[in-house]
Amino acid sequence: MLNKIRLHFILLFIPLVFSFTSATAQDQIKTGTNMGAPLVLAVPDFKQANADPGNAPLISVFNDTLWYDLDNAGLFTMVAKSFYPSKMPGFPNEVTLNTWGNAPINAAMLAFGNLGVSGGKVNVQGWLYDTKNPQYPQVLGKQYQETASVENSRHIAHEFANEIILKLGGIPGPTETKIYFISNRTGHKEVWSMDWDGANQQQVTHVGGIALSPRVSPDNSRVAFSELGRDSWQIRMYSLDLGKMVSFPHFGGGNYSPAWSSDGTKIAFSSSMGTGSSEIFIADASGAGPRRLTTGKADISPVFNPRTNAQIAFVSGRTGLPQIYTMDSDGSNVQRMTDQGYAVSPAWSPNGLLLAFSWVRHYGPGIPGGADLYLMDIASRQIVQLTHDGGRNDFPSWSPDGRHIVFESTRSGTEQIWSVLADGTHLQQLTRTGRNTQPNWSSR
Amino acid sequence: MKNKHWAIILATLIMMLVISGCKKKTPPPPPPPPPKAPTATLSADPTSIQPGQSATLTWSTENADDVTLDGNKVNTSGSQSVSPTQTTTYHLTAKGPGGSQDATAQVSVAQPTPTPTPAPTPPPLTDQQVFEQAAQDIYFDFDKADLRPDSTQVLAKIAEVMKAHPNWKVQIEGNCDSRGSTEYNLALGERRAGSARQQLIQDGVSQDALKTISYGKEKPVCTQENEDCWQKNRHDHFTLVQ
Repeated sequence: MLNKIRLHFILLFIPLVFSFTSATAQDQIKTGTNMGAPLVLAVPDFKQANADPGNAPLISVFNDTLWYDLDNAGLFTMVAKSFYPSKMPGFPNEVTLNTWGNAPINAAMLAFGNLGVSGGKVNVQGWLYDTKNPQYPQVLGKQYQETASVENSRHIAHEFANEIILKLGGIPGPTETKIYFISNRTGHKEVWSMDWDGANQQQVTHVGGIALSPRVSPDNSRVAFSELGRDSWQIRMYSLDLGKMVSFPHFGGGNYSPAWSSDGTKIAFSSSMGTGSSEIFIADASGAGPRRLTTGKADISPVFNPRTNAQIAFVSGRTGLPQIYTMDSDGSNVQRMTDQGYAVSPAWSPNGLLLAFSWVRHYGPGIPGGADLYLMDIASRQIVQLTHDGGRNDFPSWSPDGRHIVFESTRSGTEQIWSVLADGTHLQQLTRTGRNTQPNWSSR
Repeated sequence: MKNKHWAIILATLIMMLVISGCKKKTPPPPPPPPPKAPTATLSADPTSIQPGQSATLTWSTENADDVTLDGNKVNTSGSQSVSPTQTTTYHLTAKGPGGSQDATAQVSVAQPTPTPTPAPTPPPLTDQQVFEQAAQDIYFDFDKADLRPDSTQVLAKIAEVMKAHPNWKVQIEGNCDSRGSTEYNLALGERRAGSARQQLIQDGVSQDALKTISYGKEKPVCTQENEDCWQKNRHDHFTLVQ
């Protein structure tokens, strides 16, 4: 069973069905393998391991977090808790496999465990059982101990969820990753970070002005962004390791939208240095040796193909309204990928096969800006619409496992950060305070 | 009998009259001399004063017994000090048995006109004012960076005033409406600023006097979601930076 599941995910990521309309035919394509029905998972609340009064707030956060992570992982069908027996298992000897494996629960897998606070520490034991394997049911058994706090309880839940996702999905999930974004909640536009589920929102920069386009380095050590200085926009670099700004060269003109190569050695960005019009440049990650790659008009928003770093997708207004283009990383072989409307904010999927972007297919004066997110299979250029729910949807960014997209949307009335599975399901609002824009998912 | 008597008396009277009429002439008694016409003179010294100063009116009359100066009874001759605040004509009337005579004298008062003092002349315009009079914002069509015809006229004025002030440095700030994407709008604002810069250089402005910056949609002048506000935000703004 496990081998079978893993095989599916070695082949690709999530079941992603592309349906699209072309001029010639209605067709349906599949990118990624169809793994069949998702695995059915039961996750009863963890039990209190002792009677410590400090357990309650921690176990509540733990259970909520674990459920959110697994429910939104894009891998599982969660059996609703209303089906569960009244007596929850907290330890292996309390598990009756048949109860979980048979109707009405019909779970293939059962995650359970216990949490207890003692001596200022929170201890968690968690197991994953295969309900169809009574002889050797244990797939995972984990034990965690950290200083007792709500934050640590949440962190342990993310860790345990990630173990389950890794075991059953073949690659780590996003539950321990961060999302960087711009928020104006302090009155200035600053870089903020949060956990993948929207918890733990923290201010990163203190520029006291306007920061835009945060992009976290592949090793999570730095965040590059663009800042409006006294008389120009410059690429700035914040060290997450040192907790302060570090140097990056000051270039002429306006410098925008930095992007990291997936090996962390290069930065692409848009600059009007020299020419006075925005062009795509590439430089070392230190900012040394910037080279201009394009000669278009209004070229911006570069992003590397993270699989190869040999290609860059970007936006250009060279033919009028902005369109998505790709080129080789030396500037050659420019290809126009979209042919109409207003297409911006390309995001290259981790497997290198897909571009997510924001698109108003029919754009013009008087048409309210109803931008939606679309996914394009680069090889075939087939396109599927990801969001349909109104508002302006922009700045998609992929989770490192390629199953999720985080984006900016006005569907709730103001710009907020949302996440969605790449199949369009499990839409979640992650921010609610102030206006929050331009999310960027860390690559691990 | 009575009638006869009356006739005698009448005849006698007629005779007396005839006799007297034939008598040698005697001169009549002289008539009283006619009254002399009055005379009047009025003069002012000086005839022109500054506000607050005074002048002396001096008058004299003859053959007058009723003399008024501007309606006020005065001596038949005399003098009086006056301090009019504005140019005034004084009126002397002399009346006597022989008639009436008028005399006038004018005292001019110099008005405090702004002309003699240099202070009220408009102060010379500051560089900032000169710049602002010429450097109106220019506006763009939806998602365009091309200059409209009215914009080229504005830019010609800016070029003219910049060429007259070769030490000026001007920042051209490109802006976009709220509908486009944050990053693309930065590039579009860059193009809008660039369009104005090109035109100014073509109009003879030194490129060293110009710098450009894009604010994308980060610095809107209004935030409503309607065409009026969008149009206001699709603009280049010009700032004199030195």
